[in-house]
Amino acid sequence: MTWKQRLAPYALGFPTAFWLTLFFAVPLISVLSVALMTGNPEKGFTLTWHFSIFWDSLKQYHTQFLRSFYYGALSTLIALVIAYPMAYFIAFHGGRNKSTYLLIILLPFFVSYVIRAFSWQFILSNDGIFLTFLRNIGLVSKNFTILHTPFAVIAALTYDAIPYMVLPLFVALEKIDRRVITAAGDLYANPVMTFVRIVLPLTSAGIFAGFLLVFVTNVGDYVAAGILGGPGTTMIGNVIQNSYLQDQTYPLASALSSILMIVLLVIIWLYARVFGTEAVEEAVA
Amino acid sequence: MSAVEAPAAAGTPVAAPSKAPRRRERRSRSALILGGFTWLVILYTLVPIIVMIIFSFNQTPNGRVTFHWYGATTQWYVHIFEISDLTTALVHSIEVACASTLISILIGVPMAMALARHRFLGRAAVESVVFVDIAAPSVVVGASLLALFLTLNVTRGLATIMIAHVAFNVAFVVVVVRARIAGLDRSIERAAADLGASPWVTFQKVLLPLMLPGIVAAALLCFAMSIDDFIITQFVAGQTLTFPLWVYGAVKVGIPPQVFVMGTMIFLFGAVLAIGNVFFQRRSEKAAAPIQVAEPQPITTVL
Repeated sequence: MTWKQRLAPYALGFPTAFWLTLFFAVPLISVLSVALMTGNPEKGFTLTWHFSIFWDSLKQYHTQFLRSFYYGALSTLIALVIAYPMAYFIAFHGGRNKSTYLLIILLPFFVSYVIRAFSWQFILSNDGIFLTFLRNIGLVSKNFTILHTPFAVIAALTYDAIPYMVLPLFVALEKIDRRVITAAGDLYANPVMTFVRIVLPLTSAGIFAGFLLVFVTNVGDYVAAGILGGPGTTMIGNVIQNSYLQDQTYPLASALSSILMIVLLVIIWLYARVFGTEAVEEAVA
Repeated sequence: MSAVEAPAAAGTPVAAPSKAPRRRERRSRSALILGGFTWLVILYTLVPIIVMIIFSFNQTPNGRVTFHWYGATTQWYVHIFEISDLTTALVHSIEVACASTLISILIGVPMAMALARHRFLGRAAVESVVFVDIAAPSVVVGASLLALFLTLNVTRGLATIMIAHVAFNVAFVVVVVRARIAGLDRSIERAAADLGASPWVTFQKVLLPLMLPGIVAAALLCFAMSIDDFIITQFVAGQTLTFPLWVYGAVKVGIPPQVFVMGTMIFLFGAVLAIGNVFFQRRSEKAAAPIQVAEPQPITTVL
């Protein structure tokens, strides 16, 4: 190899490496440093190294932290249960229309998440079409509401997660050699057995990939709670957003963000160590 | 031996006709149930979009979307650009989406080539950063970038939004384009080199045309993610508003029908592009079938 060929990958990779270092990796560290500062927006902030802020902020907002993880896990689980049969149908019965099905499933992405969340607010509001209908047929009482409840927020999170969940599951199901399933049938496994013992284990990579993508996204979400939720459904994302952009209490916001980042990075890292990065990247590609 | 085998061989054709149709019937019934379920969920995911499209035609008297139906009108389509700051926000969104897509492609494609075709120092580090970038939650990415911009005292605006969008888009470009290159047969490039093509000519005449569907798919994905992004943008926007930011700000006071009109237009534009891409890929895959390795790339075909 000539020195030119040797240097080629560095030259090719440099711009992206530079950009990701400066605008992705370094910021993750700078958020930690802001957490250790004291001051206010008028006078400026100085580094004071008071590590207690992490503990204090966690103590103050542990409810929102726990709620975020609870909402995130629950919505991910429901999305998984809904998305699995869909991915199964498309992979095994989609025939020639597989890419058309996937396209239809991805259609919601062409409408801004904020508009879709607002559209749900519009539908589920007290004088909206859904509750008016339920009231008219006498199914619910007059003061029954959906908005501002945990149900509304979790439903919105689940709703947004379905397409993200279908993709990795579909990729995993597509990879299964159909002869394995035929073999299971030939060996007198009933369809339930075949699914539980053959299909499910073979798609575990897709299940975990979908779980990672959706769970991490939903734990950090604040749009669903911001538009459809109420005071009792505040998630940690709402707190971080509020204290950064409204209250401008940057150290507190940075501390909360750092804690969330560290917890989720550990989950991402553990995932990558155990399962590798292929399933997630295949789903994206 | 043959005496043992004979009854078994004789037994199969007898058992087969009685068993096979029943099994097929059960299979088709489960396919029907699965298909029905799938379409129901698809319908459910489309509900807010259908509502958006229908109510973009509602003749509301006070210029705010309401659930009461006042009759159909196309006036909001005629006056789509009536609200000037909303229009400005939309223009910002389109500008940022175009610029960040272009930059992400320009810097991401070479990195994808490096990862797909070369070994180099720091390769594993690049791979993990790209992976974390894809998996990282938006609120953390946004908050971290804001912390950086605050520390460096950078004025926030269109430039910082664009920087942030490239930072999350480029990882997707790298992954999508690398998957495309990995599916290509390397011997074609070698053949070009053997025939005396310089690396640049090989790239231009051989690799680039073969990568192009992947690049187009990546560009569409970038554009869609950029124009839709809310969380990261809100952190780094400062006083500047993009389309999703404007809408989020207007939710509390009521949304003008123009938002639904613009949403409908963006939706139609994206849907037409994606359908066109699927159609185009099907045709080009038929044409290029002998060259390509039969690597399934389902999602790339869609986006």
